[in-house]
Amino acid sequence: MSGYRLSSGGQIDRARPLSFAFDGKRYQGYAGDTLASALLANGVDLFGRSFKYHRPRGLFSAGVEEPNALVTLRSGARAEPNTRATVVELYDGLEASSQNRWPSLAFDVMAMNQLAGPLFSAGFYYKTFMGPTRKAWMLYEYFIRKAAGLGAGTLLPDPDRYEEMNAFCDVLVVGAGPAGLMAATAAASSGARVILADEQSALGGNLRGSASAQENLAGLAALDNVTLLARTTVYGYYDDNTLGAVERVADHVAAPAEGQPRERHWTIRAKQVVLATGAIERPIIFGDNDKPGVMLADAGRLYVERHGVAPGRRVAVFANNDGAYRSVAALTTAGVAVSAIVDARREIGAEAQAIAAASGAELLLGQVVTRALGGQRLSGIEVAAFDPVQGARDGAQRQISADCLLVSGGWTPTIHLASQAGGPARWDDSLTAFLPGEASQPWRAAGACQGTLDSAACFAEGAQAGAEAARACGLSPNPVSLPGAKTEPLADVPLPVWDARPPHGKGKAFVDLQHDVTASDISLAHREGFRSVEHLKRYTTLGMATDQGKTSNVTGLALMARERKLSIPEVGTTRFRPPYTPVSLGALAGQARGSHFRPTRRTAMHDWHVENGAEMQAAGLWLRPRIYAQGSETVEQAYSREARQVRASVGMVDVSTLGKIDVQGLDAAEFLNRVYSNGFLKLPEGKARYGLMLREDGFLWDDGTTWRLSETQFLMTTTTANAAPVLSQLEFLLAAVWPELKVAVTSVTEQWAGMAVSGPKSREVLASVLDDLDMSNEALPFMGVRKGHLNGLPVLVARLSFSGELAYEVYCGAHHGEAVWSRILEAGKPFGMIPYGVEALGTLRIEKGHVAGPELDGRTTAEDLGLAGMTSRKKHYIGSSMLKREGLTDPARLKLVGFVSADGGKIRAGAHLVAANDTSSPPRSLGHITSTTYSPALEKYIALGLLEDGPERVGEKLVATYPLKNIDVDVEVVSSHFFDPEGSRMHV
Amino acid sequence: MTPRYSVFSLLRNALSYHENWQQAWRSPEPKARYDVIIVGGGGHGLATAYYLAKLHGIKSIAVVERGWLGGGNTGRNTTIVRSNYLWDQSAALYEHAMKLWEGLSQDLNYNVMFSQRGVLNLAHNQHDLRETLRRVNANRLNGIDSEFLNAQQVKEMVPIIDLREGGRYPVLGASLQRRGGTARHDAVAWGYARGADALGVDIIQECAVNGFRIENGKVTGVETSKGLIEADKVGVVTAGHSSVMANMAGFRLPVQSVPLQALVSEPVKPIIDTVVMSGAVHAYVSQSDKGELVIGAGVDGYIGYGQRGSMQVTEETLAAICELFPLFRRMRMLRQWGGIVDVCPDASPILSKTPVQNLYLNCGWGTGGFKATPGSGWAFAHTIAKDEPHELNAAFTLDRFRTGFLIDEHGAAAVAH
Repeated sequence: MSGYRLSSGGQIDRARPLSFAFDGKRYQGYAGDTLASALLANGVDLFGRSFKYHRPRGLFSAGVEEPNALVTLRSGARAEPNTRATVVELYDGLEASSQNRWPSLAFDVMAMNQLAGPLFSAGFYYKTFMGPTRKAWMLYEYFIRKAAGLGAGTLLPDPDRYEEMNAFCDVLVVGAGPAGLMAATAAASSGARVILADEQSALGGNLRGSASAQENLAGLAALDNVTLLARTTVYGYYDDNTLGAVERVADHVAAPAEGQPRERHWTIRAKQVVLATGAIERPIIFGDNDKPGVMLADAGRLYVERHGVAPGRRVAVFANNDGAYRSVAALTTAGVAVSAIVDARREIGAEAQAIAAASGAELLLGQVVTRALGGQRLSGIEVAAFDPVQGARDGAQRQISADCLLVSGGWTPTIHLASQAGGPARWDDSLTAFLPGEASQPWRAAGACQGTLDSAACFAEGAQAGAEAARACGLSPNPVSLPGAKTEPLADVPLPVWDARPPHGKGKAFVDLQHDVTASDISLAHREGFRSVEHLKRYTTLGMATDQGKTSNVTGLALMARERKLSIPEVGTTRFRPPYTPVSLGALAGQARGSHFRPTRRTAMHDWHVENGAEMQAAGLWLRPRIYAQGSETVEQAYSREARQVRASVGMVDVSTLGKIDVQGLDAAEFLNRVYSNGFLKLPEGKARYGLMLREDGFLWDDGTTWRLSETQFLMTTTTANAAPVLSQLEFLLAAVWPELKVAVTSVTEQWAGMAVSGPKSREVLASVLDDLDMSNEALPFMGVRKGHLNGLPVLVARLSFSGELAYEVYCGAHHGEAVWSRILEAGKPFGMIPYGVEALGTLRIEKGHVAGPELDGRTTAEDLGLAGMTSRKKHYIGSSMLKREGLTDPARLKLVGFVSADGGKIRAGAHLVAANDTSSPPRSLGHITSTTYSPALEKYIALGLLEDGPERVGEKLVATYPLKNIDVDVEVVSSHFFDPEGSRMHV
Repeated sequence: MTPRYSVFSLLRNALSYHENWQQAWRSPEPKARYDVIIVGGGGHGLATAYYLAKLHGIKSIAVVERGWLGGGNTGRNTTIVRSNYLWDQSAALYEHAMKLWEGLSQDLNYNVMFSQRGVLNLAHNQHDLRETLRRVNANRLNGIDSEFLNAQQVKEMVPIIDLREGGRYPVLGASLQRRGGTARHDAVAWGYARGADALGVDIIQECAVNGFRIENGKVTGVETSKGLIEADKVGVVTAGHSSVMANMAGFRLPVQSVPLQALVSEPVKPIIDTVVMSGAVHAYVSQSDKGELVIGAGVDGYIGYGQRGSMQVTEETLAAICELFPLFRRMRMLRQWGGIVDVCPDASPILSKTPVQNLYLNCGWGTGGFKATPGSGWAFAHTIAKDEPHELNAAFTLDRFRTGFLIDEHGAAAVAH
């Protein structure tokens, strides 16, 4: 087409020229232009290439529905492929490039695909590329992948920032055109908290720039209870009246200003929603209807009225309804020549006739455009007589020259959000369109999105919807005065014409422009049995392009209905899915990046650990000291030294990450007795007990010690990993299963800092620092719990041992954690006391055969781990009724045993156990290694593992095989209690 | 006789403007009775019918489908295929499926675009690492190709992954199954449908099953929206609605039905060649042949039948994806949807006889049923034809939830459930 800038008119600022570049060539536009309007004004008519055939494509629309004019906006780290030029606001220095072409947009080698076009029918790839070998597909696919994909994504990380907002309102109004403005005004008059959002750069919709809209918006902006959001697309409608929206804060400038986000994601929870989302014009298809220069009629009007750009020098119009005459009138007013108006209807109204006459165009009634002519751009059209029953007639065609054709096939209401909210769409026969169905959530529609195209009616409907929404919130709206708009003399009721081609018409007739889906593809889908709407969509890819079929879906349905000899509603429609228009992944990811992606949990002693050389490791969200390496120690050397020192003297480890749950109430003991598999009723005050928790199905779930602090108060500890799940299970049980129990539970994990002081000298160390506790064996026996003070700070001391040594756990308020930790270490100096990490913690517990996460993996039973004695037979508890099932008591189950390396080789976690004489390949696994360590106490590599007939195999020689590295280690099966099996050391 | 598809048939038909293609499958009215009725026209159901006809010589088979073929999870998943499961029983079943995948396009004469581009499962901490290594070794002992890559090797394979220091979830390594990859999900349903139809299977769409006719503890037919259809045997393969079907037959299932969601981006030129999965952050991504990033998310926090999924899960998943691939932030989400997955307590499926004689059940694939499609259909066909499970699915009974012989694959599932 030969677009050009009109000498006057448009909502652009001619005093503010902007310079920009497309494919490296520099152009000039004005503030208020879109990239599309500015290029059109510069006479550019080639915007992109289509997906499959690489056909040249021009501008088709002026909005979000654009299928053709996709460009890569910006470059480098800010490059955004597949950006619709029609929604890009022009800024100074804008750079954009065309995509999916090589070497250039005008000369694209891939356009050769058109030669093979006859082969590239819908779904052709399902029928070929299957030989000559099974692997051949990988080769074909390589080339197919390279050819597909439109633009190229950037390979650099996004430098911009995204924000998240959570908003609550009484009434959300989506769309700020005539209906939306009135809805917001009416709702706001009641004092309701109103959000009015619109995807365009300014609010007003079709009223943009009008005095009445400006006045109306100014009034709304002055109200405290109204939030106006321009450049904000409400893209998704979810359950509980929650809607997602994206505000493009800085997409209309080269880069966000300092501190400004690029986009802001809004999660809006609205009591009531008014959908005033408007309608999108639809085309009529004909031969070669994809020629650059063929454009939707209303887009032509918008370019003239909004941007002061004429879409062509010799414009033809093709319509089946009065809507296109608005465009004719706008062009005439702006002095753009309209050469011909082709209207499928045999009769049109007086107003339309008058507009046609005023334009000086030739009016061709009862005729249709059957084909577009021209090479890379439109040069003319072919016209033929049309019969509403028979369609276009073959032969006797007339050609009319034109460099732009404005097409209007009627309107498709934008029902996406209503459809997402639930409820099937409803078909309107007179508008030949789907309208919003019944509301299953509190929304109401107003204006064009429910088929009302007349402005006066839109105002009234909007005001009514806004008032009703406010009333539904229990508020009283005031009457609002409607802007004076006379009833439209133009009728938008279209004559149904979907495919204007005569029976033997020439040229490809595109339904989905971006994906190159043609009318004959739809016929083929029908012929091959892909007749349901979803099969049609998936087989032909109709409506699956980045425009999501906004201008093609209804036409596609109409053609399938024609093939199936059904009505369109009988064929049905697909359910709309979020988002309404594509949303950047960054906006959805929001602020959750880097350290904000997930919280990092640090214990009260974290800084001390880091300052004292700890290597920290992740344990869920927590960071825990792994080892405190000295000099050039390896991990193994460090943990061996630490573990050795604990057994020789004393050490201390941070155990703050264990889950801690405060359990209080008259029935607390009864509750715990039902939760744990072992007895808790008779646990005396001042004592702790190790407890096992099972899942309902009888498998082991969690373990830990629980301390009775008073008759009615317990402090429960859980594994680090299960802290939250155990708490929610307890809450569930109290809320739903045993509501009669008088118990309250709360997490105190972060309130307590905890440290385990272990080793033969632990008593002496603690005795020297505790203000008021008798640490003697008699006063504080094994499993005893006492409250005391350390340097005046209140602490809890429990005599527990995970290491097998004489040991205590000291808990204090988290804020005192580091002070208490440091004080104890200082007191331990004379004994050579050391801090130790989770590696040494593991070494010590493996030497003792204590189970931990690798053994408690949700697949083992108490019996598997030698803990059957802890499952009471005298009471009911969670898991007890399922515990004795054959699957859980099967003798063939893998059982916990210990292993020592027989050849001095290191046993690896994840190794599998196989018989020493198993020569099969691969050998049969008899079990696997769960936990491994070098044992400084035994001076050997040892391991825990789960083994078929485990306890019966003690003494047997097996191989721990690690096929990944082809490493086999000879191991001997031993008891899992490697060290001090009698437990004498911890009872001293 | 269904004509074969090939480049030659494509050329020949191109000359006649594609006007002579036959329908891929017939759409017959249901007969009064069949030997076997399969309820559910998804990939697993159609595969079952195909193998029943092809391998077990059963002549009279119908597949009845409430909506359109492949409209459930077959057409809603993220198309990933792999067999690197932990336990022997699962490994055998999924590996059998893998072997069928490797020749499926040729077997069906339908290009299902099975693409062995490799599947990476990332390990982000010591715990992941330990589980990963255990699984890699277990896979090898089951004859399944499985490798371990360190962080550097992961980077070489997926250059766009972010391994910069200080990431909240650093990548410590990954398991890799090179034979894993993706396939075109719709084509699997269509290919099996066409293959089954060619063997005489009646595929009946838009035919809802409203009840079972059960006499003396034995199923004798199904009540449908098109009337009663009698059958000697009935196989139920209705992922997402298995409990509803079991309820009609008078028994209960230990499954929970939860929305699982997925999304695709706008198409871009090739940017990632393999499938990357991360259980720890609940996200996985691959790129389709069309160029879309196909991103899988976790399950919703509540049970339900809405095929949509919640916005919060979308946000969490994309946060995870953008952490691993910060360059994706400027790409855009094009479509987002949900499918209803039936999840068993042990994250393994049920492929089994039921308390009702001659009624068979195939369900509970949780978040990972697509990859099993050929193996599932193959084993289920055997189970129905012989009235007893094949060795491959003998462990996957409904009864195991009574006995406790669970096959706990929580660690191998793509996302926690």
